[in-house]
This record gives sequence, structure tokens and C-alpha cells, in this order.
Amino acid sequence: MSTDTMTATQVYRVYIKATPQAIWDAITKPEWTERYGYTNRADFDLRPGGAYKAYASDAMKRGGEANGIPVPDVVVDGEVQEVDPPHKLVTTWRMLMDPESAPEGFTRLTYEIAETNGGVCRLTVTHELENAPRLALVVGGGLEDTGAGGGWAWVLSDLKSLLENGAPMNMEDGFKE
Amino acid sequence: MNDDDRVFKALADPTRRFLLDRLFQRDGRTLTELESDLEMTRFGVMKHLKILEEAGLVVTRKEGREKLHFLNPVPIRLVHDRWIDKYTERQVSALADLKHELEGGSA
Repeated sequence: MSTDTMTATQVYRVYIKATPQAIWDAITKPEWTERYGYTNRADFDLRPGGAYKAYASDAMKRGGEANGIPVPDVVVDGEVQEVDPPHKLVTTWRMLMDPESAPEGFTRLTYEIAETNGGVCRLTVTHELENAPRLALVVGGGLEDTGAGGGWAWVLSDLKSLLENGAPMNMEDGFKE
Repeated sequence: MNDDDRVFKALADPTRRFLLDRLFQRDGRTLTELESDLEMTRFGVMKHLKILEEAGLVVTRKEGREKLHFLNPVPIRLVHDRWIDKYTERQVSALADLKHELEGGSA
């Protein structure tokens, strides 16, 4: 078909009742990133060319050990490309946690936070996954049944829950409404 | 109408579910591509896509001169986490309780 446009990009969007700054902090500050999704401690050097690292959580390390898979200290790394707090953050992004994703190299990740009506913000996550089919599967939630977590949709659902209700849904000890 | 209402309403139509399935198979399609899969006018397909966009299930993005449509699974995830998890968990724990009862609660 001549109109085919192949794209390896994934786009995720969630509406969150929170300020742009609160969402920005939840993405960039380690004390927040430890509280939802994969609960990795994030370390951003927030300037163009600055380093981004996400560290394995204790649960991740324990899970890896139990399954005989060595988990590296740094599970995701990248370089900050564009910073416009609290509205836009662009980084390169490489998953080191999964031995099959790591050799696919760096992809590109963009966070965009826009205010809408009624104190609600629109968070859009765009992951450009050219030449990274394995990572596309992981972040697309395709390996959730194998214990790899539910990817971006799962992370963003949890982030919304944390910011709106003060508690994530997916944490082992978290409460459900 | 709240966010959940919009999602359930959007999903309550076979054409719109078909469009989501097409995007699930391959993401980032133009209106022309999506339209070619359906026996429907361009205007009709646009109307369905608009409802999907309003529910947040489809997100559009400009790439060059083209407007591409992407499946956004987050609203479905939210429904899953909010509703499905809750009820399946209860069934599982109810079965566990029943087993405990039937087995005499001796454990």
C-alpha cells in the first residue's frame, strides 16, 4: 500500500489533576520516581548534554536474583537533550535492565506537560523506538505476563493515581480504593 | 460526562473498536489508511476518530505533512486498574475463602 507510513513511535497521554510543577517533579526527582511504576530512583542532570540514570530498586534486584538474572545498578541511561521546566523534557533512553534490549542502543523519549482547564494537566509521553523492536515490546507492556511490568501505560496510570490520590496502585503495600 | 464515561462510550461501538484494533496492529496511521479499511465515508471515519480522540484513546501527531493517529492505551489501563483489577481480585479472594471454608478451616 503506497500510503503506508511505518512508524516505530509510541505515544501515551494521560490527564492528571495536578500542577505542571508537581508532574515535572514526579518525573525528575528521585524521591518521587521511587514511589510509582518501576520505582527506580532517577538521577537527572537537567541541562542539555547532562546525564540521566535510573537505578535498580531493591525489589528489582531481589526479583532478578530469585530468577537468576543479574540486575545492573543502572537500569536505564541516557542524555538530556532539551529541558524546559515544567513543560518539556527530551532525553535519549537506553534500557540496560533487559539483556535483549540493551544492545538496541539509544531511543528518544519526550515528556510534554500542558495545562488544560480546571487544574488538569495533559502529560504526553512520546517514545521514538526506531530499530528497537525488543524495547518497543517491553515499554508497550507486551511482556507484562512475564513479570516485566506493564510499560508506559502502567507507569502513567500509576503516576496519575499517586498524584491524585496520594498513593500508587501497583505498590506491594499500596492500598486500593 | 466524565473520563470513564467517554472511554466506555467510545468502546461501545464496533467500528471504533475495529479502528483501535487496526492501530494496535500497526500504530501511527493516516486517515487515508484507516479509511481504506472501512466501508464508510471519509466523514464517517473522521467522526469515529473524533470520539476516540475525545476519549483519549487516540492521539494524533504531525509528522511532516501528515497527521498520524496513535493508539493511546492509558485510558484502558486506567479502566483496568480502577475496575477490572478490583473485581477479579475479589473473585480470587472469595474462592480462596471458599476453599478455606470447605477444607474445614483447619489450616
